[in-house]
Amino acid sequence: MELYILLIFMIFAALVAIEVKDLLSSVIAMGAVGFSLCLAFLILKAPDLAITQLVVEILCLIILIRATTRKDIPLVVEGRWVFNTVSTAVFMAVFLFFAFHALKELPFFGQPLMSVVKKYLEEGMSKTGAVNLVAAVILDFRAYDTLGEVAVLFTSVVGIMAVLRRPGRNNLKEKNHER
Amino acid sequence: MTIYFLCFILFCIGLYGILRKRNLVKIIIGFSILGYAMNLFMVLLGYRFQGRAPIDSNAQDILNMVDPIPQGLVLTSIVIGLGITALLISVAIRIYEKYGTFDITKIKRLKG
Repeated sequence: MELYILLIFMIFAALVAIEVKDLLSSVIAMGAVGFSLCLAFLILKAPDLAITQLVVEILCLIILIRATTRKDIPLVVEGRWVFNTVSTAVFMAVFLFFAFHALKELPFFGQPLMSVVKKYLEEGMSKTGAVNLVAAVILDFRAYDTLGEVAVLFTSVVGIMAVLRRPGRNNLKEKNHER
Repeated sequence: MTIYFLCFILFCIGLYGILRKRNLVKIIIGFSILGYAMNLFMVLLGYRFQGRAPIDSNAQDILNMVDPIPQGLVLTSIVIGLGITALLISVAIRIYEKYGTFDITKIKRLKG
Protein backbone atom coordinates (compact mmCIF):
# COMPACT_ATOMS: atom_id res chain seq x y z
CA MET A 1 0.00 0.00 0.00
CA GLU A 2 2.78 2.46 0.91
CA LEU A 3 4.37 1.52 -2.39
CA TYR A 4 1.32 2.65 -4.39
CA ILE A 5 1.21 6.00 -2.57
CA LEU A 6 4.93 6.50 -3.17
CA LEU A 7 4.63 5.63 -6.86
CA ILE A 8 1.70 8.01 -7.39
CA PHE A 9 3.68 10.73 -5.60
CA MET A 10 6.64 9.99 -7.88
CA ILE A 11 4.45 10.29 -10.98
CA PHE A 12 3.11 13.67 -9.85
CA ALA A 13 6.58 14.95 -8.97
CA ALA A 14 7.90 13.78 -12.34
CA LEU A 15 5.08 15.63 -14.12
CA VAL A 16 5.92 18.78 -12.16
CA ALA A 17 9.62 18.35 -12.97
CA ILE A 18 8.90 18.08 -16.68
CA GLU A 19 6.25 20.78 -16.94
CA VAL A 20 7.22 23.64 -14.58
CA LYS A 21 8.77 26.72 -16.20
CA ASP A 22 11.48 27.60 -13.68
CA LEU A 23 14.56 25.40 -14.14
CA LEU A 24 15.62 25.42 -10.48
CA SER A 25 12.15 24.27 -9.34
CA SER A 26 12.16 21.51 -11.90
CA VAL A 27 15.56 20.30 -10.64
CA ILE A 28 14.20 20.25 -7.09
CA ALA A 29 11.11 18.30 -8.20
CA MET A 30 13.46 15.77 -9.78
CA GLY A 31 15.14 15.51 -6.38
CA ALA A 32 11.73 14.69 -4.88
CA VAL A 33 11.37 11.82 -7.38
CA GLY A 34 14.82 10.49 -6.51
CA PHE A 35 14.39 10.63 -2.75
CA SER A 36 10.99 8.92 -2.89
CA LEU A 37 12.65 6.25 -5.05
CA CYS A 38 15.11 5.85 -2.17
CA LEU A 39 12.15 5.31 0.22
CA ALA A 40 10.62 2.81 -2.22
CA PHE A 41 13.86 0.82 -2.18
CA LEU A 42 13.68 0.72 1.62
CA ILE A 43 10.11 -0.64 1.47
CA LEU A 44 11.17 -3.23 -1.12
CA LYS A 45 13.81 -4.58 1.32
CA ALA A 46 16.85 -3.27 -0.51
CA PRO A 47 18.83 -1.20 2.05
CA ASP A 48 22.06 -1.15 0.02
CA LEU A 49 20.23 0.34 -2.94
CA ALA A 50 18.59 2.95 -0.72
CA ILE A 51 21.97 4.13 0.60
CA THR A 52 23.51 4.26 -2.89
CA GLN A 53 20.48 6.06 -4.34
CA LEU A 54 20.64 8.68 -1.57
CA VAL A 55 24.31 9.48 -2.23
CA VAL A 56 23.92 9.46 -6.02
CA GLU A 57 20.83 11.67 -5.83
CA ILE A 58 22.60 14.28 -3.71
CA LEU A 59 25.52 14.33 -6.16
CA CYS A 60 23.16 14.63 -9.15
CA LEU A 61 21.32 17.53 -7.53
CA ILE A 62 24.56 19.37 -6.78
CA ILE A 63 25.75 18.95 -10.36
CA LEU A 64 22.39 19.99 -11.85
CA ILE A 65 22.06 23.05 -9.60
CA ARG A 66 25.59 24.09 -10.55
CA ALA A 67 24.52 23.95 -14.17
CA THR A 68 21.26 25.85 -13.79
CA THR A 69 21.85 28.63 -11.27
CA ARG A 70 21.35 32.11 -12.71
CA LYS A 71 20.60 30.60 -16.08
CA ASP A 72 16.85 30.10 -15.93
CA ILE A 73 15.76 31.50 -19.25
CA PRO A 74 12.03 31.54 -19.95
CA LEU A 75 11.10 28.77 -22.35
CA VAL A 76 10.23 29.76 -25.89
CA VAL A 77 6.93 28.96 -27.54
CA GLU A 78 7.03 25.52 -29.04
CA GLY A 79 7.33 25.25 -32.81
CA ARG A 80 6.22 22.32 -34.99
CA TRP A 81 3.62 21.42 -32.38
CA VAL A 82 1.73 18.74 -34.35
CA PHE A 83 4.78 16.83 -35.54
CA ASN A 84 6.39 16.72 -32.09
CA THR A 85 3.22 15.61 -30.32
CA VAL A 86 2.41 12.93 -32.88
CA SER A 87 5.93 11.48 -32.82
CA THR A 88 5.94 11.44 -29.00
CA ALA A 89 2.57 9.68 -28.94
CA VAL A 90 3.80 7.10 -31.46
CA PHE A 91 6.88 6.35 -29.37
CA MET A 92 4.78 5.93 -26.21
CA ALA A 93 2.25 3.72 -27.99
CA VAL A 94 4.99 1.44 -29.33
CA PHE A 95 6.56 1.18 -25.87
CA LEU A 96 3.25 0.44 -24.14
CA PHE A 97 2.28 -2.15 -26.77
CA PHE A 98 5.48 -4.15 -26.35
CA ALA A 99 5.49 -3.69 -22.58
CA PHE A 100 1.94 -5.01 -22.34
CA HIS A 101 2.81 -8.10 -24.36
CA ALA A 102 6.01 -8.70 -22.36
CA LEU A 103 4.09 -8.33 -19.11
CA LYS A 104 2.09 -11.50 -19.82
CA GLU A 105 5.29 -13.56 -19.67
CA LEU A 106 6.52 -12.10 -16.40
CA PRO A 107 5.83 -13.66 -12.98
CA PHE A 108 3.26 -11.91 -10.80
CA PHE A 109 4.32 -9.19 -8.39
CA GLY A 110 5.50 -10.70 -5.11
CA GLN A 111 6.20 -14.19 -6.47
CA PRO A 112 9.56 -14.03 -8.27
CA LEU A 113 11.29 -16.90 -10.01
CA MET A 114 13.99 -17.97 -7.58
CA SER A 115 15.58 -20.71 -9.71
CA VAL A 116 19.03 -19.15 -10.15
CA VAL A 117 19.26 -17.40 -6.86
CA LYS A 118 18.38 -20.44 -4.74
CA LYS A 119 21.92 -21.72 -5.07
CA TYR A 120 23.37 -18.32 -4.17
CA LEU A 121 21.16 -18.11 -1.08
CA GLU A 122 22.15 -21.54 0.13
CA GLU A 123 25.88 -21.40 -0.62
CA GLY A 124 26.58 -17.68 -0.51
CA MET A 125 27.72 -17.61 3.10
CA SER A 126 29.98 -20.66 2.89
CA LYS A 127 31.47 -19.86 -0.55
CA THR A 128 32.17 -16.15 -0.24
CA GLY A 129 32.11 -15.44 3.48
CA ALA A 130 29.96 -12.34 2.95
CA VAL A 131 26.99 -11.92 5.26
CA ASN A 132 25.32 -9.43 2.93
CA LEU A 133 24.22 -11.39 -0.10
CA VAL A 134 24.03 -8.35 -2.38
CA ALA A 135 27.70 -7.72 -1.68
CA ALA A 136 28.38 -11.41 -2.35
CA VAL A 137 26.61 -11.13 -5.72
CA ILE A 138 28.26 -7.95 -6.96
CA LEU A 139 31.75 -8.63 -5.62
CA ASP A 140 32.07 -12.37 -6.05
CA PHE A 141 29.51 -14.20 -8.21
CA ARG A 142 29.23 -11.39 -10.74
CA ALA A 143 32.46 -9.51 -10.18
CA TYR A 144 32.99 -8.90 -13.91
CA ASP A 145 29.88 -6.70 -13.90
CA THR A 146 31.47 -4.52 -11.25
CA LEU A 147 34.68 -4.39 -13.28
CA GLY A 148 32.65 -3.19 -16.26
CA GLU A 149 30.93 -0.61 -14.05
CA VAL A 150 34.28 0.78 -12.96
CA ALA A 151 35.40 0.92 -16.60
CA VAL A 152 32.24 2.84 -17.56
CA LEU A 153 32.69 5.29 -14.67
CA PHE A 154 36.32 5.87 -15.67
CA THR A 155 35.30 6.51 -19.27
CA SER A 156 32.66 8.97 -18.11
CA VAL A 157 35.17 10.85 -15.94
CA VAL A 158 37.64 10.99 -18.85
CA GLY A 159 34.84 12.34 -21.06
CA ILE A 160 33.92 15.03 -18.52
CA MET A 161 37.56 16.08 -18.21
CA ALA A 162 37.89 16.26 -22.00
CA VAL A 163 34.72 18.33 -22.39
CA LEU A 164 35.15 20.74 -19.48
CA ARG A 165 38.95 21.26 -19.69
CA ARG A 166 40.15 24.81 -20.32
CA PRO A 167 43.09 25.35 -22.69
CA GLY A 168 46.33 25.44 -20.70
CA ARG A 169 48.62 28.43 -20.32
CA ASN A 170 51.22 27.17 -22.82
CA ASN A 171 48.62 26.65 -25.54
CA LEU A 172 47.29 30.17 -25.02
CA LYS A 173 50.81 31.62 -25.39
CA GLU A 174 51.36 29.69 -28.62
CA LYS A 175 48.09 30.99 -30.02
CA ASN A 176 49.05 34.57 -29.16
CA HIS A 177 52.40 34.13 -30.91
CA GLU A 178 50.69 32.84 -34.01
CA ARG A 179 48.54 35.94 -34.14
CA MET B 1 0.21 -6.01 -11.80
CA THR B 2 -1.10 -2.48 -11.21
CA ILE B 3 2.21 -1.47 -9.76
CA TYR B 4 4.00 -2.47 -12.97
CA PHE B 5 1.66 -0.15 -14.88
CA LEU B 6 2.39 2.75 -12.53
CA CYS B 7 6.08 2.09 -13.22
CA PHE B 8 5.40 2.18 -16.99
CA ILE B 9 3.61 5.52 -16.59
CA LEU B 10 6.69 6.92 -14.88
CA PHE B 11 8.79 5.61 -17.78
CA CYS B 12 6.44 7.28 -20.27
CA ILE B 13 6.77 10.61 -18.46
CA GLY B 14 10.54 10.37 -18.86
CA LEU B 15 10.11 9.53 -22.56
CA TYR B 16 7.79 12.52 -22.98
CA GLY B 17 10.38 14.80 -21.38
CA ILE B 18 13.11 13.58 -23.71
CA LEU B 19 11.11 13.76 -26.92
CA ARG B 20 8.89 16.79 -26.43
CA LYS B 21 10.88 19.38 -24.47
CA ARG B 22 13.31 21.76 -26.13
CA ASN B 23 15.32 22.80 -23.08
CA LEU B 24 18.52 20.80 -22.55
CA VAL B 25 18.09 20.65 -18.76
CA LYS B 26 14.56 19.28 -19.16
CA ILE B 27 15.90 16.59 -21.50
CA ILE B 28 18.52 15.59 -18.91
CA ILE B 29 15.82 15.43 -16.22
CA GLY B 30 13.81 13.20 -18.56
CA PHE B 31 16.78 10.85 -18.86
CA SER B 32 17.11 10.66 -15.07
CA ILE B 33 13.40 9.90 -14.57
CA LEU B 34 13.58 7.16 -17.22
CA GLY B 35 16.51 5.63 -15.36
CA TYR B 36 14.63 5.76 -12.05
CA ALA B 37 11.67 3.93 -13.62
CA MET B 38 13.92 1.18 -15.00
CA ASN B 39 15.72 0.68 -11.68
CA LEU B 40 12.43 0.54 -9.78
CA PHE B 41 10.99 -1.98 -12.25
CA MET B 42 13.94 -4.34 -11.83
CA VAL B 43 13.76 -4.19 -8.04
CA LEU B 44 9.99 -4.79 -8.19
CA LEU B 45 10.61 -7.96 -10.22
CA GLY B 46 12.76 -9.38 -7.43
CA TYR B 47 10.42 -8.59 -4.53
CA ARG B 48 8.50 -11.31 -2.73
CA PHE B 49 5.74 -10.93 -0.17
CA GLN B 50 6.85 -11.17 3.47
CA GLY B 51 10.43 -11.35 2.29
CA ARG B 52 13.44 -10.20 4.28
CA ALA B 53 16.39 -8.11 3.20
CA PRO B 54 19.06 -10.41 1.76
CA ILE B 55 21.35 -10.34 4.78
CA ASP B 56 22.26 -13.59 6.48
CA SER B 57 21.75 -14.29 10.14
CA ASN B 58 21.38 -17.44 12.18
CA ALA B 59 17.81 -16.81 13.21
CA GLN B 60 16.04 -16.80 9.86
CA ASP B 61 14.74 -19.13 7.21
CA ILE B 62 17.03 -19.00 4.18
CA LEU B 63 14.35 -19.17 1.48
CA ASN B 64 12.41 -16.21 2.87
CA MET B 65 14.63 -13.52 1.33
CA VAL B 66 14.00 -11.23 -1.61
CA ASP B 67 15.98 -11.86 -4.79
CA PRO B 68 19.51 -10.35 -4.44
CA ILE B 69 20.50 -10.58 -8.13
CA PRO B 70 18.33 -7.70 -9.44
CA GLN B 71 19.51 -5.64 -6.49
CA GLY B 72 23.13 -6.23 -7.44
CA LEU B 73 22.47 -5.30 -11.07
CA VAL B 74 20.53 -2.17 -10.08
CA LEU B 75 23.38 -1.14 -7.77
CA THR B 76 25.61 -1.12 -10.86
CA SER B 77 22.96 0.71 -12.88
CA ILE B 78 22.47 3.52 -10.34
CA VAL B 79 26.16 4.40 -10.37
CA ILE B 80 26.26 4.32 -14.17
CA GLY B 81 23.25 6.67 -14.17
CA LEU B 82 25.32 9.17 -12.19
CA GLY B 83 28.02 8.95 -14.86
CA ILE B 84 25.47 9.54 -17.64
CA THR B 85 23.97 12.58 -15.88
CA ALA B 86 27.37 14.12 -15.16
CA LEU B 87 28.53 13.69 -18.76
CA LEU B 88 25.30 15.16 -20.18
CA ILE B 89 25.46 18.12 -17.79
CA SER B 90 29.07 18.87 -18.73
CA VAL B 91 28.12 18.90 -22.42
CA ALA B 92 25.16 21.19 -21.60
CA ILE B 93 27.41 23.61 -19.67
CA ARG B 94 29.81 23.77 -22.63
CA ILE B 95 26.94 24.41 -25.06
CA TYR B 96 25.64 27.20 -22.79
CA GLU B 97 29.08 28.83 -22.71
CA LYS B 98 29.35 28.72 -26.52
CA TYR B 99 25.81 29.64 -27.61
CA GLY B 100 24.32 31.36 -24.54
CA THR B 101 21.17 29.25 -24.49
CA PHE B 102 19.78 25.86 -23.48
CA ASP B 103 17.24 25.85 -26.32
CA ILE B 104 18.10 23.07 -28.78
CA THR B 105 16.52 24.84 -31.75
CA LYS B 106 18.70 27.93 -31.25
CA ILE B 107 21.92 25.97 -31.66
CA LYS B 108 22.22 26.53 -35.38
CA ARG B 109 25.88 26.04 -36.12
CA LEU B 110 25.75 22.34 -35.28
CA LYS B 111 23.96 21.81 -38.59
CA GLY B 112 26.46 20.55 -41.15
